[in-house]
Amino acid sequence: MTTEHQLTAENLSLGYKDRTVIEGLELAVAPGRVTAIVGANACGKSTLLRSMSRLLSPRAGQVLLDGKEVHKLPAKELARTLGLLPQSPLAPEGITVSDLVGRGRHPHQGVFSRWSVADDTAVAAALEATHTVELADRAVDELSGGQRQRVWIAMALAQETDLLLLDEPTTFLDVQHQVEVLDLLTDLNRSRGTTVVMVLHDLNLAARYCDHLVAIAGGKVHAAGRPCEVLTEDTVRAVFGLDSKVIIDPTSGGPLMLPIGRHHMVA
Amino acid sequence: MSTPADLRQASPATVAAVTRGRTRRNRRRRIVIGILVVLIGAMVAVSLMVGRTFYPPGDVLKVILGQDVQGATFTVGRLRLPRTCLAVLAGASFGLGGVTFQTMLRNPLASPDIIGISTGASAAAAVAIITLGLSGSAVSVFAITAGLGVALMVYLLAYQDGVSGIRLILIGIGIAAMMNSIVSYVLSTAGQWDLQEALRWLTGSLNGVRWEETVTVLITMIVLVPVLFLGSRDLTVLQLGDDTASALGVRVDRTRLLVVVCAVGLIAFATSATGPIAFLAFLAGPIAARLAGPGHSLLLPSALVGALLVLLADFAGQYAFGTRFPVGVVTGVLGAPYLIYLIVRANRAGGSL
Ligand SMILES: Nc1ncnc2c1ncn2[C@@H]1O[C@H](COP(=O)(O)OP(=O)(O)O)[C@@H](O)[C@H]1O
Ligand SMILES: [Mg+2]
Repeated sequence: MTTEHQLTAENLSLGYKDRTVIEGLELAVAPGRVTAIVGANACGKSTLLRSMSRLLSPRAGQVLLDGKEVHKLPAKELARTLGLLPQSPLAPEGITVSDLVGRGRHPHQGVFSRWSVADDTAVAAALEATHTVELADRAVDELSGGQRQRVWIAMALAQETDLLLLDEPTTFLDVQHQVEVLDLLTDLNRSRGTTVVMVLHDLNLAARYCDHLVAIAGGKVHAAGRPCEVLTEDTVRAVFGLDSKVIIDPTSGGPLMLPIGRHHMVA
Repeated sequence: MSTPADLRQASPATVAAVTRGRTRRNRRRRIVIGILVVLIGAMVAVSLMVGRTFYPPGDVLKVILGQDVQGATFTVGRLRLPRTCLAVLAGASFGLGGVTFQTMLRNPLASPDIIGISTGASAAAAVAIITLGLSGSAVSVFAITAGLGVALMVYLLAYQDGVSGIRLILIGIGIAAMMNSIVSYVLSTAGQWDLQEALRWLTGSLNGVRWEETVTVLITMIVLVPVLFLGSRDLTVLQLGDDTASALGVRVDRTRLLVVVCAVGLIAFATSATGPIAFLAFLAGPIAARLAGPGHSLLLPSALVGALLVLLADFAGQYAFGTRFPVGVVTGVLGAPYLIYLIVRANRAGGSL
């Protein structure tokens, strides 16, 4: 098992120019568990992840990794512990899968260090875990959306971090690929003890696949806890402004949210 | 390090396949670099020997070693040698500056000669020389200040919640046009300025090169190139987008500042020596990418392609046609179709430039 890292946000405020997006947010990521973050569009989920990988400095408050402020840690040292797969990463034109996954090794390499056996092994292990070995020599631009997403996850795996944050890893994928990616992340968590934090759009998949569900609204954590405690009709109304019915999911025994729109209701 | 044990486990066959693929791509890159070096060497030799008078390798070597050879000492030592050296150095500088911008802004159109940085440097050099009557390093100081100034201006004008590549390119093209009109104006005030000298500030030329210019560019390269290469891995990671790069431990703002200052420095000093050799910074990177393949730093291949292009274009300009054309006219003829191709391709894809 891995040593478990504590990632917390304390009284965190984030924003862009004159606009505050996150204000006074408190969050403690459950070590060694899978956390899903949900919230309405533009509520600041990506912004929150960005501050955790130190791309965005807090206006107030701090993000702590094992008690140390992430913005004061050396960049590469942080990147060896905490990985982030952004919402829309860019692949350079023509790059091969294997080379792209190899970029995940960056924090393990010095300016002068050469490519090592450990680097090749990490890339190979990441390709195997994501079932992309056969794609290794293909160009990333030629792949389907589902394949491409697996390749990006492979890059994040090659980084070999104990904490992995993913921003909407399943968006744009059809349902079987969504499930495939979420199963893969669960495997990663179970077999390696990697702490996974993911932003998800689909509330039901989020509830199914996480140990800890965090709902964000109004720049703060509105509710956090086990999925059955968080995914309630009240939370859905408060966070998404939507009336819904929450029932028990017959396949998993967890909560299942059914939206109530204005049409198509039984009498 | 607390790496989980099983993360190091992959089947030996997969590891071998990964190593093999990487070695194969590296070999291609090394072969390309080797061929470019050989071609540059050959072109340097040809440029030194061939001209209106032919001097055999023995004579050329003697001149380089400082011995006196009738006729060759002047023609080779004073004319051809500084010209050839500057062709290599300026070509490499333009290639490096161009590919740095293209990589950083993830767009082949974002090269410093398209977005006004070279033009800014050349306008400043023209003003310094013609209007203010300066010479030597004062001109270089002017050129680099203007290059950095234009870079900063384009960046600030393009900044709205972050920098979008396309806005930056369009603003840069506008500024380049402004800078060009400054050059034209200054040239029109120059009175009896001969055509060669005027063209130098419009398209770039190696005519009448002196050692001091060559040495200035060499010193600039000795200072800036190592710094640029130190940032080259970070620059390659920056291609994945700011968010990803930051997550991989790259300090995005610092890296960008460092490489931009180096790139602008190289471009500005080279421009103050040769004028803005048309489209060179724009062409070198994409050609190098085609040859060396994607996935690795393009700095070295682009520097070599830049040097080779200038050597070839200058030689062709001098001897291939009835009249002598400055090097920039030849590279301009090569570069314009490529620019049109890029724009047509972008239009067809319906996407960004
Ligand atoms: N780079 C940026 N500059 C300015 N505003 C931004 C930037 N990125 C996001 N925002 C704004 O911040 C708010 C939160 O965005 P984001 O964190 O991406 O939301 P989410 O990921 O929850 O959909 C949005 O209103 C968005 O417009
Ligand atoms: Mg988002």
